[in-house]
Amino acid sequence: MRGGWRGNKMSAIQTIPINWYLLLSTVLFTIGVLGVLFRRNAIIIFMSIELMLNAVNLLLVAFSSYLSDSKGQVFVFFIMAVAAAEVAVGLAILMMVYRNTKSSDINMLNKLKW
Amino acid sequence: MITTYLFYFLSFLAIMFALMVVLSKNPVHSVLYLVLAFFTIAGHYVLLNAQFLAAVHVIVYAGAIMVLFLFVIMLLNLNKETEPHKSVWLKASAAVASGLLLVVLVGSLKGAETIVQVNAFNPNIGLIENLGQTLFHDFLLPFEVSSILLLAAMVGAVMLGKRSIK
Repeated sequence: MRGGWRGNKMSAIQTIPINWYLLLSTVLFTIGVLGVLFRRNAIIIFMSIELMLNAVNLLLVAFSSYLSDSKGQVFVFFIMAVAAAEVAVGLAILMMVYRNTKSSDINMLNKLKW
Repeated sequence: MITTYLFYFLSFLAIMFALMVVLSKNPVHSVLYLVLAFFTIAGHYVLLNAQFLAAVHVIVYAGAIMVLFLFVIMLLNLNKETEPHKSVWLKASAAVASGLLLVVLVGSLKGAETIVQVNAFNPNIGLIENLGQTLFHDFLLPFEVSSILLLAAMVGAVMLGKRSIK
C-alpha cells in the first residue's frame, strides 16, 4: 500500500476506502431530496438542489482521484457552470413569481395543475 | 492516520450543516449553513488531492452563488414569520420517503467499490496543469459550448428580471 505514495503529499486515497465517500455523498444527496420534499419555500428547495449537485460533484472528484483520471474533475467544472446558469435563471424566475404572488410558497404555483 | 480523522470530522460537519440547511426555520440561516457545508466539501476536495477544484468551488459557490441567494432573500424580505409550513403528515412522509431512498441507494451502491485501477496512482491530477491539459484537449468543444450556455443564462436572467418587456 505504501508503495503507491509518490511525492510527499497528504492524501485520503491511501487511507480511506471509497465506500466511505460513496456513503457520504449518498447521505448528502438524500438530505437534498429531503429538503425538496420537506419544505415549501422555493428558495430552500433551490438550496437543496444545490446540495444534491454538490453531493454528485464530491463523488465525481472521489472517483477521479481514486482512478487517477482527471476527466472526472473536468466534469465537475461543467457541472459548476451549469449550476451557476441554473441558479441565475431560477432566482430570476423566483423574483418574478414573488412579484406576481407576493409569496415564495411553491403551492401558489398550481396554475398548471390538472 | 490524521487524514482518517480529518475525513470523519469533515463528513460529520458536512452532514450536520446539510441537515441544518433543511431544518432551520429562518431562510437566512439556511443560506449561511449552506455556505458552511460548501466549505466542508471544499475541505474534502483538498483531502482528495483536488486543490484547484477546492479553490474554484469556494470561489464559485461560496463567493458567487450564495451571495446571489442572500441577495434574493433580502430582496424578497423573507424571515421566520413569512415562512410557509407543510402539515405534519406531509413532513413525516417526506422523511420516510427520503429515508427509503437512502436505503435503496446504499443497497444498490454496495458492489461499486470493486473498481479496477487502470492508471498508475498520480497525486498531481488535481493541479491546474493536468486539469488544463484534459480540459483543452479532450473537452474543448464542451468548454466552448458552456460559454454559450452562460451567455444564454445571463440574457435569460436579465429578461426575466425586467419589470416589463416592451
